Amino acid sequence: MSQVTAHGLRKAYGATEILRGVDLRLASGSVLALLGPSGCGKTTLLRLIAGFEPVDAGSIAFDGTVVASPSRFMPPERRSIGYVPQEGALFPHLTVEENIRYGLARGSDWRQRLQEVLALTGLTGLGERYPHELSGGQQQRVALARALAPKPSLMLLDEPFNALDLDLRHNLCEEVVQILRGTGATTILVTHDPVEAFSTADQVAVMQNGHIRQCASPEEVYWCPADATVARLTGSTIFLPGEARGTTLQCALGSLPLHEKAGTLQAAVQVMLRPEQVCWSDGTDGVAAQVLHRSFRGDHTVVSLQAGGLPLRLRMPTLQAPAHDTQGSVRVQGRCMAWPA
Amino acid sequence: MDSPAASLPLSSSAPPPAAAPRHRRRRLSWLPLAALVPVLLISLPLVYVAVRTAQAGLADVLAELLRLRTLQLLINTVALGAGVTLLTIGIGLGVAWCVERTDLPLRNFWRVAAALPLVLPAFVASYAWASIGTLFQNLGGAIMVLTLTSYPLVYLPVAAALRSTDPGFEDISRSLGAGPWQTFRRALLPQLMPALGGGALLVLTHMFAEFGALAFLRVQTFTTAIFESYELHFDSATAAALSIVLMLLCLPAAWLEMRLRGQRRIAHVGRGAVRQPHLVRLRGWRLAGVLAAFALLGALSLGMPLGTLGYWLLTGSSAGGGHEALWPAIRGSITFATSGALLTSVLAIPLVLLAVRQRSKWAQAAERLPYIVHGLPGVVVALALVFLSLRLVPGIYQSLLVLLIAYAILYLPLAQSSLRGSIELLPPQIENVARSLGKRPLQVFFSIVLPNIAPGIAAALALMALQMVRELTATLMLAPTGTMTLATEVWSYTNDGEYAAAAPFAAMLVVLSIAPVWVFARRMLHPTR
Repeated sequence: MSQVTAHGLRKAYGATEILRGVDLRLASGSVLALLGPSGCGKTTLLRLIAGFEPVDAGSIAFDGTVVASPSRFMPPERRSIGYVPQEGALFPHLTVEENIRYGLARGSDWRQRLQEVLALTGLTGLGERYPHELSGGQQQRVALARALAPKPSLMLLDEPFNALDLDLRHNLCEEVVQILRGTGATTILVTHDPVEAFSTADQVAVMQNGHIRQCASPEEVYWCPADATVARLTGSTIFLPGEARGTTLQCALGSLPLHEKAGTLQAAVQVMLRPEQVCWSDGTDGVAAQVLHRSFRGDHTVVSLQAGGLPLRLRMPTLQAPAHDTQGSVRVQGRCMAWPA
Repeated sequence: MDSPAASLPLSSSAPPPAAAPRHRRRRLSWLPLAALVPVLLISLPLVYVAVRTAQAGLADVLAELLRLRTLQLLINTVALGAGVTLLTIGIGLGVAWCVERTDLPLRNFWRVAAALPLVLPAFVASYAWASIGTLFQNLGGAIMVLTLTSYPLVYLPVAAALRSTDPGFEDISRSLGAGPWQTFRRALLPQLMPALGGGALLVLTHMFAEFGALAFLRVQTFTTAIFESYELHFDSATAAALSIVLMLLCLPAAWLEMRLRGQRRIAHVGRGAVRQPHLVRLRGWRLAGVLAAFALLGALSLGMPLGTLGYWLLTGSSAGGGHEALWPAIRGSITFATSGALLTSVLAIPLVLLAVRQRSKWAQAAERLPYIVHGLPGVVVALALVFLSLRLVPGIYQSLLVLLIAYAILYLPLAQSSLRGSIELLPPQIENVARSLGKRPLQVFFSIVLPNIAPGIAAALALMALQMVRELTATLMLAPTGTMTLATEVWSYTNDGEYAAAAPFAAMLVVLSIAPVWVFARRMLHPTR
């Protein structure tokens, strides 16, 4: 419900610069994922937006009202935010109910709101428990319910599912964002997991070294990364040299069409493919390839190939993965991304 | 600079625009302001020593210090400190090892029993030994008596460390060909060093500050000399000059303790189930020897003082001695100790919170200052407060407030270290979450921080009350006229040689100590409960 904009944000701890000029624009009610490796500044950015720390330079505005700049500071308790940190940070001396009630004004009809959020987050019946009596997943649900209860305009989730095991994490994350979309709150999710970012967000902002390298839809970030760094941070990649001619390019895997986003390029380029674009066939209609190695992983198998003088590692369904030493060919599906070399 | 206070200069002085009435300029947060109070209090003794030195002139101070008597005091003080510290290390380490690493029968009984001498304040034990004759009224006697009352300060942390060390290190050492003695020295002892060093330094600083026990046993150290020149000769210039030497003696110990404190946290890291260590089998003469040593230790440290105390109690009541002063003294002790403990906790909490939550140098320095002043004997603190209150606010001289401030200065480090543990356990995210839910910093403190550190505060209060009930020098010098405490009554009767009259007060002191010592020993021996 809050439109969030940031301009030229800078933040340093002592001599260490964490944010080096961050710009961000987030539409009201949308979901943004801040994706990046640890230490890239994504959590610091979230903390600045929350108001837990003052900004060194630049400004943050909610719906056009500046909430943080070097000369102005609105404390976090007035920003109408909901905040769910990594470990949940439930108040250990309060029951689930008391935790959720904490942010609700006294005298309001908190009983009704309490029941609403308990139901919304699937916690009905657990209100009397203490945090230490809950499982990890339940604790995170309580943390979410507590943040949701005062109906915040902006939800800030700081890797909230890190402590959970992988399966539970992905499912819970999608469920939580579904709930948040239902409430209409603008949401920012900090994560280092591309799957989590892609499956939940409208926009993914890829961060590195205190900069936002690219901010776009999940598909665009994945298929048309702004540079090689963004490509690596958002999934597996194959890089190879090539020669561009307008909207196509020539490389060891044949003549490939370029994405429009790459623009019209001439001369030497660095080509980026996602491994799943490379298709194996037993026939010969493509670039000749040979299987060097197979690594069985259960539901899939990683096949190491030699094709056109390039080493390639492809994930294939185990039942379709060719045997060791098989001769065949590969072909590239779809368009590819390239940058001037 | 991530602290709200540190970033304050960034705020503009322009008023916030009317278009955004919800905006407030950043204000000074309450925490640094609250932490400033204890810092100012702590600096008072330093200010006092500086002012007195300036007043007397450096030449006069040097002349005072270069007398033969100063050398004698120095020898006595250092001999006492070194002797007691070395002996407590030996006894404390030995007892802890026997209790934790051998198959001694009734280990659980010995484990608690070995900590019990803590219920005897040093001056009560000295009173008992002094009352049986002049045999122990010398330096040797003082070293023995103080060792017997102080060794639990080494025993408890070492026993706790022995329980938390991973016996895996010892297994590896043995597998690498080291014998049991080498393994103890090279694999086990280094792990015990933080606990052992911390306990030993605590004993050392206690010895520098000890007053009552030494006065009863007729041993002159800096502390007793300062007290005498002030109380008997009204010579506060000499007292101030001697205070400087005493402070200088305490500084290295305080510095070392601070360094160890840093290491200790690392030493405590390590989680997961620790396997049971191998227990050394005690059989035959070895078992007999250990049991005999334990029995002797118990007889000397507990049996003899308590027996003597009982004897004087009976003698006193058969002599028909009046106990009408007992109740006012108990009331005085409890009032002073509980209000002192409360004030000290209130002062310590912001200091600890600031240091744990904010990484700024200012906060770290503020938290360390009390440790630097730690080990400062009560007599110096009391002198400083007498001097400064008479000159600056004569109205509060001889009021309870001055005594409580002295307690606060003396026991702030104790409060800090007991509170720090529980405050560190509280994740900082919790406070952020509470802020995000619309609560102001002070509301967050009362609704979230305080309830969660309450158990730590209770333990700190018990420990401080225990120390304050036993405090003698500052209480003697600063307690409002007409009030009495158990400690001051023991002092005045014993000084007059009226051992039977002192007995009920001394016995009450022991009784009052039992509960806090129990809490303290349990927390040390079972850190998880």
